[in-house]
Amino acid sequence: MVEVKHIVKTFEGHTVLNDISAVFEEGKTNLIIGRSGSGKTVLIKNIIGLMRPDSGRILYDDRDFISMDKPELNRLRREMGMLFQGSALFDSMTVLENVMFPLNMFSHESSKEREKRAMFCLDRVNLPGAEHLFPSEISGGMMKRAAIARTIALNPQYLFCDEPNSGLDPKTALMIDDLIHGITTEYKMTTVINTHDMNSVLNIGDNIVFIQDGRKEWQGTKSNIMDSGNKALNDFLYASDLFRKVKEAETTMEEG
Amino acid sequence: MKEALYQLGEYMLLMRKTLSIPDRWSMFFRQLIKEIYKLGVDSLWIVVIISIFIGTVIAVQISLNIQSPLIPKFTIGYTTREIILLEFSSSIMCLILAGKVGSNIASEIGTMRVTEQIDAMEIMGVNSANFLILPKTVGLMLFIPVLVIFSMFTGILGGVLASYIMGGGMTPSAFEFGIQYYFNAFYVEYSIIKSVVYAYIISTTSAYFGYNVKGGALEVGKASTSAVVMSSVMILLADVILTHLLLT
Ligand SMILES: Nc1ncnc2c1ncn2[C@@H]1O[C@H](COP(=O)(O)OP(=O)(O)OP(=O)(O)O)[C@@H](O)[C@H]1O
Ligand SMILES: [Mg+2]
Repeated sequence: MVEVKHIVKTFEGHTVLNDISAVFEEGKTNLIIGRSGSGKTVLIKNIIGLMRPDSGRILYDDRDFISMDKPELNRLRREMGMLFQGSALFDSMTVLENVMFPLNMFSHESSKEREKRAMFCLDRVNLPGAEHLFPSEISGGMMKRAAIARTIALNPQYLFCDEPNSGLDPKTALMIDDLIHGITTEYKMTTVINTHDMNSVLNIGDNIVFIQDGRKEWQGTKSNIMDSGNKALNDFLYASDLFRKVKEAETTMEEG
Repeated sequence: MKEALYQLGEYMLLMRKTLSIPDRWSMFFRQLIKEIYKLGVDSLWIVVIISIFIGTVIAVQISLNIQSPLIPKFTIGYTTREIILLEFSSSIMCLILAGKVGSNIASEIGTMRVTEQIDAMEIMGVNSANFLILPKTVGLMLFIPVLVIFSMFTGILGGVLASYIMGGGMTPSAFEFGIQYYFNAFYVEYSIIKSVVYAYIISTTSAYFGYNVKGGALEVGKASTSAVVMSSVMILLADVILTHLLLT
């Protein structure tokens, strides 16, 4: 479980996050949704420590992230995985070397064991046969898979994804969503995902946090997001054609 | 001025992060070998070609400039050797390498920065500065002196070639006598000491510019230009200081 409490972040007088508090639960895919520019990426970067909030607390299973000393922080880092928007695979290494990288840096197993573990992860994300290709030689969807394999190599407890299916076709996007949801429940991870993809919201929205103008507007699940009664959320949702159609279908069914 | 001090501070912070014990020695040595190949061995051909040509040209120009019967002919060989050993093979060669190697380092690290590869390493708990920059720095400090020695040999060889081709006043035997005349081994040491310092300057300055890129591909290009300019200026500055310390 990851908790954020009263996070504030400003850039040169411009407040991007304004007192955000939320709880991200274990074994669930927790979604952060909001318009482009609403501060989703900034929030996730604060949570994982790539940025430092001006004020507020971040708790990883009651461990205070911000006041942590260096050794403790390094230990926690090994329990965290982050899937970046652009995959962030190391382009001087092959797919297999990428997945083996965290193992080579931190695992005390033999190199045979490490390679076995890496191959297992590649198999888990359904990416067989690509291990000796370089990131520039594979498609965007495959890069996402390889990046997921790399993040799960050390069995993280916390997984963070910044727009995991941006730039992918709907079907591939759905497969990536299912893959993330699958590993989340399988390994009981706390997964936090940034997205503005409505398909993901309906598909894997176990716990949804909606932010608007740097404030948390609403929190709920995919089952009650349609009738939240929150104006800002509805504006956001029904800007999507898909949602409008789902809603229309629901109303006609109720009437019929 | 304030900006310059700020940059210096940032550079110091980066150095503190870079100059620490690697997390994993096996990974460090693997990277080190890679970097020596990529930055050093791949520069060998350009060093050899440039040195032969410049050595030839230096010898030819000196012979054209001292046509006086009062100056013995071996002076040509002697002067050529001194120029190559003292200044060309270390300082000028490293200025050329700053262009090739420095831009390579800055653009590689800069690209890793803008595509979030460095962030990805930090999230894993890897000291990215140490992992990326230290092998380059150590690799260059080990291999640039080797390149400098190659440059000395091939540069003087270029001069010898000139003495064969030119004929006229310059004879190979006079030239060969000249290059052995009053040989001071300390000049070679002096050049090698200089080149080790230059290697440190090129690798860390370029890495600094790459590591602190913000933005996209355009900024990576700018960073790599700044890296080359700044490395060159620093090399010239270090040249003055080291010459003062070591030779006077
Ligand atoms: N390093 C930074 N310095 C200054 N301002 C920043 C920085 N990073 C983000 N911002 C600002 O914070 C705001 C939120 O940006 P953020 O990237 O979090 O949006 P987002 O919700 O992730 O949008 P998208 O869906 O397009 O990715 C933007 O107005 C942006 O200009
Ligand atoms: Mg974003």
